[in-house]
Amino acid sequence: MGSYESPIREPLILGDKDYKQITTDIVRSTQGFPPLSWVIAISIAGSLAAFYFFCVAWTVYYGIGVWNLNKTVGWAYDITNFVWWVGIGHAGTLISAVLLLFRQKWRTGINRAAEAMTIFAVICAAQFPGIHMGRPWMAFFIFPYPNSRGPLWPNFQSPLMWDVFAISTYFTVSLLFWYSGLLPDFGTIRDRSKGKIRKAIYNALSFGWRGEAKHWQRFESLSLVLAGLSTPLVLSVHTIVSFDFATSVIPGWHTTIFPPYFVAGAIFSGFAMVLTLMLITRKVLKLEDYITIAHIEAMNKIILLTGSIVGIAYITELWTAWYSGFIYEWFAFYNRALGPMAWAYYIMMTCNVISPQFFWIKKLRRNLYLTFFLSITVNIGMWFERFVIIVTSLYRDYIPSSWADYYPSWVEVGIYVGTIGLFFTLFLLFARAFPVIAIAEVKSILKSSGAAARVKQKAKDDAMAKGGYAEGGDLAGAHHDVKID
Amino acid sequence: MDKYVVGLYDDEEVLLSAVKKVKQAGFHIHEVVTPFPVHGLDDALGHRQSRLHTVGFVGGATGFTIAISFMIWAATSSYPTNYGGKPYLSLPSYIPITFELTVLFAAISMVVAFFIRCGLSISAKPKIYDERTTDYLFGMAIKVTEDTTPEDYSRINDTFTKTGVAEIKVRDFDEEK
Repeated sequence: MGSYESPIREPLILGDKDYKQITTDIVRSTQGFPPLSWVIAISIAGSLAAFYFFCVAWTVYYGIGVWNLNKTVGWAYDITNFVWWVGIGHAGTLISAVLLLFRQKWRTGINRAAEAMTIFAVICAAQFPGIHMGRPWMAFFIFPYPNSRGPLWPNFQSPLMWDVFAISTYFTVSLLFWYSGLLPDFGTIRDRSKGKIRKAIYNALSFGWRGEAKHWQRFESLSLVLAGLSTPLVLSVHTIVSFDFATSVIPGWHTTIFPPYFVAGAIFSGFAMVLTLMLITRKVLKLEDYITIAHIEAMNKIILLTGSIVGIAYITELWTAWYSGFIYEWFAFYNRALGPMAWAYYIMMTCNVISPQFFWIKKLRRNLYLTFFLSITVNIGMWFERFVIIVTSLYRDYIPSSWADYYPSWVEVGIYVGTIGLFFTLFLLFARAFPVIAIAEVKSILKSSGAAARVKQKAKDDAMAKGGYAEGGDLAGAHHDVKID
Repeated sequence: MDKYVVGLYDDEEVLLSAVKKVKQAGFHIHEVVTPFPVHGLDDALGHRQSRLHTVGFVGGATGFTIAISFMIWAATSSYPTNYGGKPYLSLPSYIPITFELTVLFAAISMVVAFFIRCGLSISAKPKIYDERTTDYLFGMAIKVTEDTTPEDYSRINDTFTKTGVAEIKVRDFDEEK
């Protein structure tokens, strides 16, 4: 038995593992004292996160004037970072939802950490709409609540309003999806724990999960429907983010290809961030047997695909701008590629369009050093993409007398770098206290995709096919011929 | 009396055939606990299909209705506002929020229903037959009462043994209190 797996498919679990070994390997990182490397890493990340809060406090105290925005460039670093983080936050749900629907087994090794990354990235993204208001305590104005102004409701026809609903729904659903998947693994950790307090904490985290057959049935039904719901959701979120720009009438923004182009870009940068994190995680936590080169190659293929889609979108935009015959539209793109800020445009082009093309070559797709380097390159490129779209469309507008420059102030840079610290602080805490790989899911693919287990299973199935009656584990052999009524 | 004889198996395929045989032998299986979902187990145990997706549908339909009717009411009746000359009732621009709330309500209602139906809560004190059943063993529990005779016990033991059990243990949760 066991689902059939073609022998030419690469195994997804290396080494000679059994169920017990899988648990031991994955739970190991949550036990004992944290290693020195973790302490150093979280000190750096935590300091950056503290600096983030300092910069936000500075902004709120002195006002948005401490940012280098001006009348012409009224939207710059904050929205660039917002879109960048939201984009990164797309890979997790894509991996767990879309790949679940497509029955891709390689998702099991990386889905947990990718979903965690999604949630932390969306947390970072959600900071920016809040602080760019300048008076974050007024943020509740964006929600439709009965008020004394009429009641005057928010404008439900505005893409910025859609964004509020899209991001909060995406965050909530991703969190529910991620957490419901964590329940069985928390149960596993609880049952392995020796200490009383540790046991109580993990019992609370697992909500008392104990793997009853009926619960598993509901669990699977829940994850399948949540995956079905998350798939259009993940596509809708960046579509709506792109509407923030596409429904405006600014040359360079007013583009109908934005939704698919943004979604492809989001998946592109999200997978790059997953790769950056996974390459470090698998090495540090010694999980090379579970996050294999096959996983990395699969992700690199997606990077190649989405990177190429993004490249086509860039070129289509240029062509459309020229073909439109509309001088302002054409000027916006001419100015992007050949104006004073062309350097940003060429960083974007090099990082996003040229660099993933290396992955056409199998050997390079499977090269860890190159993958790590390019995963960071891609995210630099994707940051510049948003910067190019936002700033270079604005800084030279219709009237040359109002043309302006834009460069960020230290507060803006501090907030951006600070969110990276916040992100890594959250991720490091996650990697320490939570199982970074979905234990139960990895166990469920062991027999079909485990390197050694697959061979054993094949031998057993062959014996069964020959008409023999080979069933059971090692202890079952003695009894297999006894018939009971 | 809260007492069980628990057969612990070390392979899901053995467990699956054991479940069928134990049922054939006339025992009522109280519960089966496994470290990961075993396909075919719900059929073997005679569990009917989960109805969680129905909850999801009802939740989604509720979210859809709330979103669209609220926005129509707010824009046409409660406080009609002219935004750039657009019509008060512009259904296409309500699509994004309606979609998001449909998904949100469906997801939340399903997760809440899942927690309630499974009796999962932060303060839950789960009955754990064996701590290895969330790790690498598969447990099948048969409930025993005061009326269970020593012969019954040995019959249970025999059946478990014949189906390839790795370990048998008796758990009395009353005694442990």
